[in-house]
Amino acid sequence: MSVQEEALEEKRLLSKTSIGFWLYLMTDCLLFATLFATFAVLRDATAGGPAGRDIYEMPLVLAETLILLTSSFACGLALIAMTQKNIRQVLIALGVTFILGATFLFIEVSEFVKLIGEGYGPQASAFLSAFFTLVGTHGLHVFIGLLWLTILAYAIWRRGITGKLTRQVTLFGLFWHFLDLIWIFVFTVVYLMGVVK
Amino acid sequence: MTIQRYITGFALSLALTLVAYFLVINNAAHPLMLVILGVLAITQLAVQLMYFLHLGDEVGPRLKQLSFWFMALILIIVVVGSIWIMNNLNERMMHFSPTEKTKFMLTEYDKGF
Repeated sequence: MSVQEEALEEKRLLSKTSIGFWLYLMTDCLLFATLFATFAVLRDATAGGPAGRDIYEMPLVLAETLILLTSSFACGLALIAMTQKNIRQVLIALGVTFILGATFLFIEVSEFVKLIGEGYGPQASAFLSAFFTLVGTHGLHVFIGLLWLTILAYAIWRRGITGKLTRQVTLFGLFWHFLDLIWIFVFTVVYLMGVVK
Repeated sequence: MTIQRYITGFALSLALTLVAYFLVINNAAHPLMLVILGVLAITQLAVQLMYFLHLGDEVGPRLKQLSFWFMALILIIVVVGSIWIMNNLNERMMHFSPTEKTKFMLTEYDKGF
């Protein structure tokens, strides 16, 4: 196969796999849609317990949002470095993506632990059940993304930049940007709209 | 897929996030705040779809856009429909106390559906 043919084949494979992965992301969006609908319906069902504005720590939530956004941006830089076949830059950008993603998850988990410790766990009210399910499902996605990222970074470090790995990093990029998109709505619907009086 | 596009997307997202956050923190009681927040979130959605997920770039059969708009349609039906129906239900049950509500539901249940 000539170089041009190989590049063409690579492009064809990428568009095929990315369509499949895109369809998965769309179904995942619908999963989140049902959780958002549940949350919106139950947000005032506090059963005498705390409402959102009593328990949210807004500066921390803003920090989480900015950290995840920067992580998404770093992931985009990794994608660009991948197409330029610059392995050092790829690994640095993926490393930054991982550290920021892990920080995000750490803040979220410590928020959960603190709430449960104060007796405001998911069993306290319908509002808190919906809150933990929605935010927790997003957190679980981030956790799985971090595992995927670790495996990809290890593979790139071992095998260098191959066509297959470039495709996989592109799919991971889609996933990571998608998680940031979902978070915009968690941030807006759960937290910002939660403090509106 | 150039670095300028990512930087533009990142800067716009950052600005939209910060504007939304400080608007809410400083005017939590504004009557139109929910609408403003919704508009800011949807703007940021559009920005990230264009600059990070490259949704508009597709050539040939636009399968990604097609599946995206179909998903958006189902999403709106599920979310708006749920909120509409459940708020309507709450409104109709408003004049009942919680005990009366339970009693009412039980007698309705006994009548059968």
